[in-house]
Amino acid sequence: MEAAKNHFFSDMSVMLGRSMRHILRSMDTIITVCFTPIAMMLLFVYVFGGAIQTGTDNYVNYLLPGILLIAIASGISYTAYRLFLDKQRGIIERFHSMPISRSAVLWGHVLTSVVSNVISVVVIILVALIMGFRSSAGVLTWLAVAGILVLFTLALTWIAAIAGLSAKSVEGASAFSYPLIFLPFISSAFVPTESMPSVVRAFADNQPVTSIVEAIRALLSGQPVGNDIWVALAWCVGIMLVAYFFAMRVYKKRV
Amino acid sequence: MPNKSIQVNGLQKSYKQLQVLKGVDFEVEKGSVFALLGSNGAGKTTVVKILTTLLKPDSGTAIVNGFDVASKPDRVRQSISLTGQFAAVDEVLTGRENLIMIAKLRHLNHPRQVAHDLLKRFGLTDAADRKASSYSGGMRRRLDIAMSLIGKPELIFLDEPTTGLDPEARIEAWKIVKELADGGTTVFLTTQYLDEAEQLADRIAILHEGRIIASGTLAELKELFPPAEVEYVEKQPTLEEIFLAIIGKKEAI
Repeated sequence: MEAAKNHFFSDMSVMLGRSMRHILRSMDTIITVCFTPIAMMLLFVYVFGGAIQTGTDNYVNYLLPGILLIAIASGISYTAYRLFLDKQRGIIERFHSMPISRSAVLWGHVLTSVVSNVISVVVIILVALIMGFRSSAGVLTWLAVAGILVLFTLALTWIAAIAGLSAKSVEGASAFSYPLIFLPFISSAFVPTESMPSVVRAFADNQPVTSIVEAIRALLSGQPVGNDIWVALAWCVGIMLVAYFFAMRVYKKRV
Repeated sequence: MPNKSIQVNGLQKSYKQLQVLKGVDFEVEKGSVFALLGSNGAGKTTVVKILTTLLKPDSGTAIVNGFDVASKPDRVRQSISLTGQFAAVDEVLTGRENLIMIAKLRHLNHPRQVAHDLLKRFGLTDAADRKASSYSGGMRRRLDIAMSLIGKPELIFLDEPTTGLDPEARIEAWKIVKELADGGTTVFLTTQYLDEAEQLADRIAILHEGRIIASGTLAELKELFPPAEVEYVEKQPTLEEIFLAIIGKKEAI
């Protein structure tokens, strides 16, 4: 046991290197997690944006937080996909019959998810800057934004782990992410919730994405963040803990 | 005791209502090739999974290289290697990267050198930097077995190593197993092909309906049956022999 524990970090970095190669060699993954959100941003800013009333002149500033969440939600679906394939093709069994840290196998996937999402978020922010995104935020504020995004990524990644480990088919492994990608549309990510019919608005105001979007938007525009940031953090941490608990249970039972 | 690689006693395992193993006993000598023979669904893979610490038995004991699989799984994993039923290679990585990855996970000092040597030994040098997804079934199986040899485990499990392979690749896999055995590695293999067990194994155990119904050397198993009668038969070449002759691969056995 000691031997396996001592190697946790080196084993995990081997796993990280492996799945990062998977991402970089899959054009499909790069297009979905990076180019699609950018295309959506272009579409909303230059096509729909003129007709959307948000009360700000700079629609890129308004839109960016929601686009980032969509990018993360589509990014984590690939974590589920990769986990499913590893389980189905017997790769996990091969790893588990070796004298390595077993949890490093799962954590390698989780770390890959965080690293790859950080990369796609940075790329999307750079494109947004070219499109006119501006922020007065200082280093600490950016760190706070990064912290919320990483927590959001972790929360969704653990949900992805449950899906990937318990799915019976490739489609099942990634289908769970569609509602997650859809959630930002029924939130204040693209338009203020005030414009929605009351039932939809009640849902939009009280689902996690709205508070996360509002918190990030307020941080980036130098507005007071109020309660949104605490609600956002509570959602992220809450989902993360519950999903982690169930993912670990599935991992121990099924694999 | 020290000359036993595997000792299994009263092994039982059920999946929900279905009792797959109903008390399995056998022993494997160090340095031998042991074949577990059985039809599809006989529970061969379940035995392999228990012995490689992937699955816990409901009851009974299994000692691998002197360590109990249930109480000392880490020690067991140090000295074994598993080549699963489906070649568990990473298809996105190249052959070389697959080998380096395993060498790193075995915490060896010179993973690149280890990979280089194995690629050469298994005739994969030319394909070393191609993605494993482009490999043929035989090449994939060779890579798979090469991955299992990293770290020089004393005991190698091969779960149906030739299922799904074409005749050429099958003979190639047999050759590898024979080489392993000559090098002193203990080989535990499962198969549903009688000729495979006959070709490779020192000892054969037949798993049927959750129990070992017969075991011993090929000669001992033959004694269980009535003595052979001598008949004169015109021997036609089998289709396999014809196939191999045509494609000029007859040297293989």
